[in-house]
Amino acid sequence: MKRFACAVALCASLWVGLTGVSPPAPVNDALIVGDSLPAKLSEFGLLINAQAGNAGVRPYKLNTLLFSDYALKYRFAYVPGGTKVAWRDTGMLDFPVGSVLVKSFGYPADMRKPDENVRIIETRLLIHRASGWVALPYVWDADGKDATLKRAGSRIDVSWTHLDGKPRTVSYAVPNVNQCKGCHDAGGVMTPIGPKARNLNDGVQLQNWVSAGLLDRMPANAPVVARFDDAKASVDARARAYLDINCGHCHNRAGPANTSGLWLDWEQPVGVNLGLGKRPTAAGRGSGDREFAIAPGHPDQSYMIYRMQSLDPGIAMPELGRNMVHDEGVTLVSDWIKTLK
Amino acid sequence: MKPSPFIFAATLIAFSTPAFAGTISIAAGPDAQERLQAALIDAKPGDVVEIGAGRFDLTDGLSLDVDKVTVRGAGPSTTILSFKGQKGAGEGLLITSDDVVVRGFAVEDSKGDGIKSKGANRIVYHDLRVEWTGGPKTTNGAYGLYPVESTDILIDRVTVKGASDAGIYVGQSKNIIVRNSTAMFNVAGIEIENSYGADVHSNIAMHNTGGILVFDLPNLPQMGGHNVRIFSNRVAKNDTANFAPKGNIVASVPVGTGVMVMANRNVVVFGNALEDNQSANVMLVSYVSKFDDKSYNPMPRNVTVRDNMHGRSGFAAAYGGSPEANAMLSAGQFAVLWDGLDQTPATLRVTDKVPVLSMGFPRQGAPAAEAKPAPADLSLTVAMAEPAPVTMPASMEAAIK
Repeated sequence: MKRFACAVALCASLWVGLTGVSPPAPVNDALIVGDSLPAKLSEFGLLINAQAGNAGVRPYKLNTLLFSDYALKYRFAYVPGGTKVAWRDTGMLDFPVGSVLVKSFGYPADMRKPDENVRIIETRLLIHRASGWVALPYVWDADGKDATLKRAGSRIDVSWTHLDGKPRTVSYAVPNVNQCKGCHDAGGVMTPIGPKARNLNDGVQLQNWVSAGLLDRMPANAPVVARFDDAKASVDARARAYLDINCGHCHNRAGPANTSGLWLDWEQPVGVNLGLGKRPTAAGRGSGDREFAIAPGHPDQSYMIYRMQSLDPGIAMPELGRNMVHDEGVTLVSDWIKTLK
Repeated sequence: MKPSPFIFAATLIAFSTPAFAGTISIAAGPDAQERLQAALIDAKPGDVVEIGAGRFDLTDGLSLDVDKVTVRGAGPSTTILSFKGQKGAGEGLLITSDDVVVRGFAVEDSKGDGIKSKGANRIVYHDLRVEWTGGPKTTNGAYGLYPVESTDILIDRVTVKGASDAGIYVGQSKNIIVRNSTAMFNVAGIEIENSYGADVHSNIAMHNTGGILVFDLPNLPQMGGHNVRIFSNRVAKNDTANFAPKGNIVASVPVGTGVMVMANRNVVVFGNALEDNQSANVMLVSYVSKFDDKSYNPMPRNVTVRDNMHGRSGFAAAYGGSPEANAMLSAGQFAVLWDGLDQTPATLRVTDKVPVLSMGFPRQGAPAAEAKPAPADLSLTVAMAEPAPVTMPASMEAAIK
C-alpha cells in the first residue's frame, strides 16, 4: 500500500517535471538498494523520460559501442549523493553500492535524422546492490509514458529508414534477465561491461566526472581505446577496441565463453588465444568449413568473419543481441585481419 | 497474550518455504516462450518446473540460472520443445546453475546445441531426447548434450540423434558418468574432451561416423584429459559419412570408427561389443595438427584395450591417404589402429586377440605420405594401473531413483 502511494507520488512529480512547473522528486535511493523488483521504471525516479535523466543522473558516452542492431542508446550513470566512483586502471571503474547504470534503446524513424521521431523500445538498468549488480530490463508501454519490467524478455518488430535511405526492419530482442548475465558475467558474478576507464576516456568526460566530484581521481596517463569509426586511429587500435567491447566481455579468461580458448579482450596479447591460427573448439557449423578463427591475412578464410556475417542462431556471433549484420564492424575486422601476418 | 494471527501466518510461511518445494506447471499453448522462460526465471531453489505434454514451439533459447531446480516433462516422446522457429541464442536450453535435474522431455531442431550446461556442478540429465528430425545434416546443431566446465555430471537414459558434431559431448569437466544412453546418426556419438575422470558405460553408439571419442585439444583452459573408462558399450555399425563442418576436430574422424582415443592418459577400453566399424573398432592416435602450446601433450599414454568382443571391422578403411592404400589396408581387416607413436617405455597395451595395425608415422603431425603401415603387437606392454570407478554424490543418484 505504501509502495503504491509512493509510486503515485513519483508519477505525479514526473508529470509536474515534464510540464516544467516544479522539479521532479529525487531518485528513490531506498528502492535502488532494497531487494524489490519494481514493476514500473518510473518508481526509481531515475529518468525524466527515456532520453533524459533526473537530477544527478548523468549522461555518459563510450568510445566504442556494443553493436545492438543499430539501435541508438542513451546512457546514464547515477551515483548516490556523498559517494564517488573509484578509479581503476584496468577493468570496470568501481561504482559504489547504490549506483545505477541506465541505458535506453530506441530507433529514429530515419537514421539520418537521429534526433527526430525516436521510438524508445526499452530501458535496461544495472543496479549495484549490497548483494551485487542486478539487471532489470524494462519495456516501454505503448503510450510511452512508463516502462514495465519484462524479466522473461520479448521480441518487438521495429522498422526505420537506414543511413543509405533504404528501409530496414528487425525482430528486436529484449533480453531476459538470464541473457543479461550471458554477457554481464565475470567468473559467475554479474558485472557492467561498458564503463571501463579506457572506454570512457575521451579526454574530457572523465575529467568532468572528477571535477563534478563523481570520480575520485584520474591519472595523467589514463588508458584509452579508440573509437571504432575514428578514421584517424590505426586499424589495429580500432579493431581491438571493437573486439574488446563486442566480444571481449564473453571471450575472456573469466567470461561465459572462456572455454572456447578464444579470448578477444583488450589485454589479450597477439597469439593463438586471440584467434591467430586458433582452431575451432565447439564451434560446430560456426566454423563454416574454415580452419581458423583468424587466418592472418585472409579474412575470407577466418571463421570469425563468417560468424560475424551470419544471422543463423547456430552460427552468429555474438550469440545474443544481434539480429542484423554490422556491416561496418565486419569491414573493420576484415581490414584488420588483412594486416596480420 | 494470544499471538497475532498475522505473525503466526508469517512464521508458517518462513518455515515452509525451504521445506516444501513448489511446482510451477507450464502447459503447451500460445506464448510458450515467455511463459516457460518466466517459470525458469521465477523458480526458487527446490522448485520443480513441470512442462506439460504436447509440443512447445519456441522462438528463442531458454535458460535456467537458479540452483537446485528440477525441470521435468511428461516424457521424451510426449513433451517436445521444438526450436524449429528459433531466432536467437546458441542453444535450445542453457543451464548455468548448480544441482539441476533435467528429465522427461525432448529438445528438437535447435539451431545450435541442444542442451548446454556451463559451470553447472552436480547436474543430472535423465530420460531425455535431443534430436534433429531431418536426419544427419551439416546444418544441424553441433552438440546434443553439452555440459562443460563442470564437476559431477550424470547422464543417464538419454537419446541423441543427428548432431553435426557430437551427440553427447562433455568438455573441460571433472567426474563424469555417461550411461544407459543411445547416440545414433551423429558425427561423434559420445565425446569426452579435455576432461578428468569419466566412466562411459552401457551405452549404444551406432550409425554415427565415430562411436565414442576420448580427445584432448590444445590452447584451452583445461587440458591434460585423463582417467577415462569406456566399458560395456555396444559400439557398432558406425557407418554415417562424416557430415561435420570442416575445421572442427571431429571432421577428421574416419567413417566407421568405433572407439577413438587421442592425446589422453590413463584410459581403459574393456568389455565392449565392437563390430561392423568399417575403419577400425579402436583407434589410438596422437593429435595431428600443428600447435603452439608448451603445456599440451598430443600423445595417447597409458591406454589399455582388453576383454572386448570384436566383430568384423577394418573392412573398408577410410583413413585418409589414397584409395589404393586404404583398399590394401582393408584386406587386413584390422580391428585396432595405432598411429605408431608411443613413448619409451611403451604405454599402449592391447590384449584383445585381434589384428593391430601400426601406421608407422615417424613423428607427431607427419603427413600421410610418410606412413609406413605394418601389423603390430601391443600385447607385450606391461600391464598398467587402471583408473578408479567414478561415483556421483548420493543426492544425484537419488534424484533419478
